[in-house]
Formats: sequence, C-alpha cells, structure tokens
Amino acid sequence: MARVLIRGGRVIDPAVERDERADVLIEDGRIAAVDASIDARDAEMVDASGCWVTPGFIDLHAHLREPGQEYKEDIASGGSAGAAGGFTSICCMANTDPVNDDPSVTEYILDRARNESPVKILPVAAATKGLKGEIMTEMAALVEAGAVAFSDDGRTIMDSDMQRRVLEYSKMVGRPISVHAEDLSLVRDGVVNEGPVSTKLGLPGNPAAAETINVSRDVHLAEITGGHLHVGHVSTGGAVALIREARARGIHVTGEVTPHHLTLTDAETMGYDTNTKMAPPLRGPADVEACIVGLADGTLDAIATDHAPHAVHEKEVEFTEAPPGVLGLETALPVVLQLVRDGRLTPMQLIAALTFRPAKVFQLETGRLTRGAPADVAIFDPERRWTYDTTKGYSKSRNSPWNGKEMIGRVVTTLVDGEVVFHVDRGVLHP
Amino acid sequence: MMGRGLLGIEDLDRDDIELILDTAQHMKEVGEREVKKVPTLRGRTIINLFFESSTRTRTSFEIAGKRLSADVVNFSPSSSSLSKSESILDTAKTLDAMDPDAVVVRHQVAGVPKRIADVLDAPVINAGDGAHEHPTQALLDLMTVVENKGRVDGLTVTIVGDIAHSRVARSNVYAFTKMGAEVRVAGPPTMMPVEVESLGVKAFTSLREALDGADVVMALRIQRERLSGSMLPSVREYNATFGIDRAKMRFAKDDAIVMHPGPVNRGVELSHDLTDDRPSVILDQVRNGVAMRMAVLYLLAGRKRSRNEEAS
Repeated sequence: MARVLIRGGRVIDPAVERDERADVLIEDGRIAAVDASIDARDAEMVDASGCWVTPGFIDLHAHLREPGQEYKEDIASGGSAGAAGGFTSICCMANTDPVNDDPSVTEYILDRARNESPVKILPVAAATKGLKGEIMTEMAALVEAGAVAFSDDGRTIMDSDMQRRVLEYSKMVGRPISVHAEDLSLVRDGVVNEGPVSTKLGLPGNPAAAETINVSRDVHLAEITGGHLHVGHVSTGGAVALIREARARGIHVTGEVTPHHLTLTDAETMGYDTNTKMAPPLRGPADVEACIVGLADGTLDAIATDHAPHAVHEKEVEFTEAPPGVLGLETALPVVLQLVRDGRLTPMQLIAALTFRPAKVFQLETGRLTRGAPADVAIFDPERRWTYDTTKGYSKSRNSPWNGKEMIGRVVTTLVDGEVVFHVDRGVLHP
Repeated sequence: MMGRGLLGIEDLDRDDIELILDTAQHMKEVGEREVKKVPTLRGRTIINLFFESSTRTRTSFEIAGKRLSADVVNFSPSSSSLSKSESILDTAKTLDAMDPDAVVVRHQVAGVPKRIADVLDAPVINAGDGAHEHPTQALLDLMTVVENKGRVDGLTVTIVGDIAHSRVARSNVYAFTKMGAEVRVAGPPTMMPVEVESLGVKAFTSLREALDGADVVMALRIQRERLSGSMLPSVREYNATFGIDRAKMRFAKDDAIVMHPGPVNRGVELSHDLTDDRPSVILDQVRNGVAMRMAVLYLLAGRKRSRNEEAS
C-alpha cells in the first residue's frame, strides 16, 4: 500500500472548515486521515513545515489550445504550468481547432491528458457546434465522453432563443452552461474598459454595460429554464449585483472571477501593453472592489484563471489587433494571496474559492481533504518571495502582465492522486 | 519632462513646451529666407514611418527635415500587421538597425508609437496615433495662437466636432490647458468620449454656449464614414448644429480666430468663406507646421549622436 505523510503544515480544508496545524496521510491515492499528529514511519514523508496544505486548486476556466494551436500551449505545457501553480484539475475550454464540439475531440483531449499532463484535465465542451451559436452540441454524448460543462467561451451566444434552449437542454445531463457574457453588439470594436482610461488612451471602449446586459439576459433565461448558468470571468459590479440578486431568488446561477479582475485595474493598460488586454477588459477600481466583495460574500463561487496563452508574435501587434487574454496558472496563487494579506479575504475564503467551491460548481469529487477523497493536494509557502519570469515558466507563451514582478507565495509541492507531480526544486515530475 | 522622443503632449511640462515654441520661432525665420536650408542636421537620417497615409503631415515632416539638411527617408508600409506580413515591431527594429537619428511614426491605432519607442534606440516622434495624440499638431496650433493672440494664458479655446475619435483634440486639450487656457469641447454626445471632463475640459452639447466668449474656435475634421450612421443622422444636421459659419462666430469674441487641422470638409465643419479668409488662420497653421517640425527634429534628432559620442 503506497502511503504518503504530509507533515507539519497548516491544513486548510474548506469542505470541513478545518484550519489547523495537522498531518495528512494518503493511502493509495486517497486521503486516509488528517490529524494533529500521525505516526506513519513506513510512509513517504513530505515536509510541509512553514507551509499551507490545501486541496489542489481547481481551475474552471483555462485555454490549453490543444488540439490545433499547440504553438501557444498544449496539454503537456498547460498541465505542467498548472502543476507548478498548485492546480490539480484544469477545466479546458472548447475553443480549440477543431472545436471540442464532438465526443471524438473530448476523447482525444482526455487521451492526451492521460499521457502528457501531470494534472487532471477536464474538458469543457462547446455548447453549440463550431461555437457558432446555431446548432447545439450532442450534450449527452459529450458528457458520456467526459465533458464536465458546456461553454462557447470566447464567443457569446447572442441569439437569446439559442441560449435559452442550451440552458434548457443541459438540464437533461445536469451540467452547467458556462458563459462568456458580453453583448457583442455593444462591445463592437471596444478593446479597453470604457471610462477615463479609454478616453485618455484614445482606444475604443468596451462598456461595463455590455457585460451586465448579457448577464441580465442569461439570469432571466436561467430563471425560466431552470438550467444551471455559470457566469465566466465576471468583471463588473453590475454583474455581481445581478448574480447576487438572482441567487437570492433561488435561480441556479454560479460565478467565477479571475485573478486579474480581482487585482488589476484598467490603469494597467496606460502603456498600451497588449499583455493587459483581456476579454472582458480590466475595469475601474469600483468594479474590482465589487468583484472582491462578491467573492468574499459568496456571490461568486470560484477564482478561475482564464489562462489564455498567445504567442509573442500574436501579442506584438497593435493593441486593437492583439488577441485578448493572459497567462494565469503559474501566478494565480501569489496574485490572489494579496487579498488575504490585505485583509479582504480570510485564508478559508480564498482556499474555498480555489478548491471546494469550484468543485461544487462543476460537481467534482475533488477539492477537499476529507477521508476517501482523491489525494489532490497543494502545499505552498505563503511568504516565499520569487520573481516571475515567463521565459522560465512552463507555459509555452509569455503573455503575462506579471512578468518580471515580485510574487509573494509559492507552491512547493503539488500532489495528484497521492503522487508528487511538482516540487519547487525538482520541477514538474511527469506521471 | 520631455523624454528622448515626443510621444504626446501629456508627457510635456510647460517649460518643455516653451522651449519648443521658442525654437520653432527661430526655425520659422529659416523658412522665410531665400535659401531655406541650414546645415544643422547634415549627415543625420530621419525616417518617416507612416503606416497610415497622410500626405500633408508626411510632407510637412519631410520639408522640415530637408530644411535642416537631414536625409529624410519615407517608409510607408502598405499595410499594418493586419495583413500578417510583418509585425510593427519587426518593421521598427529593422529600420532601427539602419541607425536613423529619428523615426517619425504615424499609425491608425493608438499606442503604436509608444510601443515602437519602447524597442527603438532612435528617438520616436509621434505624427499621430489613432485617437490618442498628435503632438506636433497641437504645438503648431499653440504657435499659431501665440502669433495671433500674443499669448495663450487666459484665453478661451473651444474645440468643436468629433472629440471621441480625435487625436488632435486630445493633444490640444493637454497643450492649451498646460499653457493656461480654458479649454471647452463641443460636439454631439455620440462624439464625446466618456468622462471627457477628466481631461480637464468643460464639455458642451450647445455650440452657442461653447462659443460664448471664445478667443479661439477650433473645428475638427469629421471622417466621412461617421457622418451618417450610429454617430450622426446626416451631414445636414451636423452642419446645422456644429458647423461653423460667420453667423455662429458671432457668439464668440469679436476678434476670435478659427482653426482647423485640415483637410477641411468644406460645408461640413466650416462654411466655404470661413475656410479661406479671416478670421480663419488655417494656412498659418500649415506654415507653422513646417517650422514646428523643424524645431522638434532639431531638438530630438540632433541629440542621439552626441550621446553616442559621450559613450565612446
């Protein structure tokens, strides 16, 4: 029986509201015990002193680019980036080439993941064929193949009837519809948040209303259909308020927010750095504040990275032409730990948003350290300082606004099913 | 403070602007000679890198460089990276490897001169980027106002038209407010950038109120494609509400001047007669444009070599 003992760390497990110094015993890839002091001399020892020991992080929203855009990222590099960032499950979006709108693509991704990825890869399938918003995908077959949710992310289903039907039909398979909520007819050519910054920069603005209009529509559609609406990368106070109100009315709505929308404002774009171009865009301080409050009060369930690798040559173009999106997997933890240092989130709230709560949104059995759960574990030193250098990261791409910045908090060890898949000194250890 | 290049008026302080204006006055004198050429920049190379076509501005920079005896090379990539031919930064790095003393950049997208400046050794002069800035235009406008009014401090300057899409408006807002003028902007609400007052101006949707007591009236060019659609219903309505003619000029001060960065859509932004004659100073602006660009090139392209010499 393979046994691993994680010793001496501060164990934070939101599933049972545990926050105390404890040892964690793993047997055959599952959590066997968590206790103040466990004696298991035959077990492989993992020293966690000075570290927090938490469930492995779960990213509900990442772009791993395989199949089709392996020059940006692939399942091996994206999975490795995740392992280095403490993520043990990565839900990968369907906007690959070909689009993951067919069970054969879902199976291909899972097959590649088994052979190439140190962490679990959970495919999110397209909600409509080719992400075109015209014909819905074979949701039953896709779930059978392993899809955990549906999303046309990157695109928005602008036809309200189509969106309604997708939410309705997905009830049959009991899986959420994750939406990229932007009214594209209002976004038009907008590339930065509409406000004083867009006025100064002279770049076309994307108003916050583009998001709130679409979230409002989708909330109403979730209400009349009873489907599970999951709002991806919430960026505005208006959307937070809509989700809060919808949840209060019992509508099945969940939401996620990215590390960048929690910590960066549109002021970052003042130098025209295309690595600050996201969709939705970085917003003003009031929206950032509302997102933090929404995460703290539970309106938003999860921190999701929206890890979106793009090649250097794709980003080294005019701001209006650059593809939106930034890397997230390797920097998420230190970036959001700032919210704990600033007293905006408790450690429990933060870890819940990275583990237990996203697991609930996508109905995963992971995200907890309770007995019998898969032994997916992140061990990190919340004080350790390091400088993020994209050229030394695991991602194939470099598009990060945090490149060259000092980070506080570093993952030391990541375990998946009880196996060490990353150690800060040894790097990613392939399965 | 003025940096190595000139990317925008926003980066300048009042002393920088006064230095440039003084220098331009000297340069203007060169243009009034029979032989309009001085050896100041002899042996220096200036590249006009114009991604967006602009005969007027490019010609103005070219004449300015030639009057200073610089070798001026015009490079107009037929297309931007939209066509996936070569990225703007690759183009810029390629040109930089040819060791120019200054690169003058015009691009239809805001921020491109800044990104190019970030990777170039040579100083970059912004000749207009999207709806961001057009600093030499604002400087020549300041020069023209000083010539006509004797000062900028305390004047009221009204900028009329499509403020949202105008780099000329932004640069002039910075330029005139830094030099002590009160700046007003007027135009249809669809052409007003959001929170425009954050730039330090007063915004009007009534032309009459905006012109009340104005010393300088600056009409902006409206792009033809925006004259009818989601921004404006028609040319006729725009001309009726924001087109400047002699009747509307009566709301401004008696001695107010009329400016326009050109080219004028006659009968749209300005009435025909107002375009050609006083109080219009449009041709003064063009004339001063050459002197101003000579001044900017002198101040920036003259620098690089001396820095290299210091290093060696």
